[in-house]
Amino acid sequence: MFASCADPKTLEGLAWLLCYLSSGKHLLFYLSFGTVILLLLITAPIALLFGFGGALAVRSRITPLRWFGKIYTSMVRGIPDIIFFLFVPIALDQGFEWLRAKVYCDPSVPIRQGNEFVVCPAAKLPLSTAPEWVHQGYGIFLAVVAFAIVFGAFAANVLNGAMNAVPRAQLETAEAYGMSPRQVNRRILIPQMWTYALPGLTNLWMILVKATPLLFILGVEDIVYWARELGGSKTNAYAYPHPDWRLYYFLAILVFYLLMTWGSERIFDRIRARLSHGQATAAGEAMRKAAT
Amino acid sequence: MNECLVTIQEYALRSLGIGERMLPRGDFTLCQQITLIGSGLLWNLYFAAFALLIGFFLANALALAKTSRNPWLRKPAEWFIFVFRGSPLFIQFFIAYEALVQLPRTGIPLLGLTLPTDWMTKAWAGALLVLVLNTAAYSAEIFYGALRNLPKGELEAADAYGLSGWTRYRRIMWPTAMRLAWPAYTNEAIFLFHATTLVFFSGFPALRQQGDALYYASYFADKTFNPFVAYPIVAGFFILLTLLLITLFGVVNRRLNRHLPGATSKVRYRPNLLR
Repeated sequence: MFASCADPKTLEGLAWLLCYLSSGKHLLFYLSFGTVILLLLITAPIALLFGFGGALAVRSRITPLRWFGKIYTSMVRGIPDIIFFLFVPIALDQGFEWLRAKVYCDPSVPIRQGNEFVVCPAAKLPLSTAPEWVHQGYGIFLAVVAFAIVFGAFAANVLNGAMNAVPRAQLETAEAYGMSPRQVNRRILIPQMWTYALPGLTNLWMILVKATPLLFILGVEDIVYWARELGGSKTNAYAYPHPDWRLYYFLAILVFYLLMTWGSERIFDRIRARLSHGQATAAGEAMRKAAT
Repeated sequence: MNECLVTIQEYALRSLGIGERMLPRGDFTLCQQITLIGSGLLWNLYFAAFALLIGFFLANALALAKTSRNPWLRKPAEWFIFVFRGSPLFIQFFIAYEALVQLPRTGIPLLGLTLPTDWMTKAWAGALLVLVLNTAAYSAEIFYGALRNLPKGELEAADAYGLSGWTRYRRIMWPTAMRLAWPAYTNEAIFLFHATTLVFFSGFPALRQQGDALYYASYFADKTFNPFVAYPIVAGFFILLTLLLITLFGVVNRRLNRHLPGATSKVRYRPNLLR
């Protein structure tokens, strides 16, 4: 990056380190921290939406929909999340390619040939001619869907619990005023449930943050990928030879995650204080007492 | 059917290195997949059982240290819990593996003896160590919360009976804290059991392809390009064992609460208590 870094073999000490840490590969490493944060920011709202749908499905009056909701929310309790992370992307990928093969390919050629899953080149996703960023983007898209499905199920559990926690008298009063079930949901239940849902959602965010390194298993070039890539020992054939430094790279990632969880906790404490303000709960009462 | 019995004979203990050495190649039957994935499950059970057992004692010590007034005890416990709860288990596995590899190959000389170190980089020891420390941190936070929420009346009653120090802790505080913490601890045990699937995806090599349930499941999924058989099998195994775990912890919970009215009623597994 810097002009003085043109010939790294002549450098010593701090100057060497500075050049080393600003090499092109390292810039990609720093960018991958952005990938992680981007994934978090995209996944969190989608998972919340899935969770909202799941919670409403569990409480639905339509029986098949309720069953679907029950299965969706209870599956994550018994099955490790990493199984979903492995299963969902490859299942989705094959589903998309199968659908595209129906449209673009010669129907006489079977897709499943023994132990192979083959579609014609026109149905490949992404196309083999597509640039590298499309492949990366598609991988991240599949990862986002997998994360959203798993964390949507967790969020559905939390939101359903929060909806059950809203005092029954509130809903009965609304019914007494002649509101329809839909109106009760929209005007009374949903606005009031957030303060009950917040502890669970806070927890969920922490788990989501700590689940992001699993991107590596999905084949995305994330921080774990780059840490292994850059940290591995480099011989003199490389511009910056060094022994096995993977431990230090992983320690840097550890510090990144500690900062993320620590920072999130500070922010959630503030939100909690704001939401408790003026509420008829123990926390709200404590704030009132402290003020006088 | 007979063929399947032979397969079970050959592969049921494959993950421990007993039986057929070579993994099946091509034309995987359903029986082979179920047997091998079930065989890998032995690793998950091993990790979960020992991590929970050792972690439980460590967690109690840590929780006690965190409630201590002495900063020399409290601060290290707080930091330990913060680091292990604040970072991903996946990264902890990587760090542990890289750190354990750095130990001198030839062993550490100690009082004229050489302590061998290469066993520490093996999954059965290294990954177990990480799982023990991880679950100890999470459980310690649960137990710490329970110790802080002990009903005041019980402590006053203990004082009135003249109990103090260790006797008071052993007879009053600890049993009550366990009673309070047990539902959340059940949840932690389930999370830990599920987390054991991460071991062979995180640096620790599976020697001679002896891996856990998910290791074999992903092996089959990779070889057949068909995720719709192997992953549901491993999911089914985990659902069954999770139910078993909940039952076992429910039995303990009933015993902890046996003197209380209504204790015979079943404990409800509360999924809202995420860790």
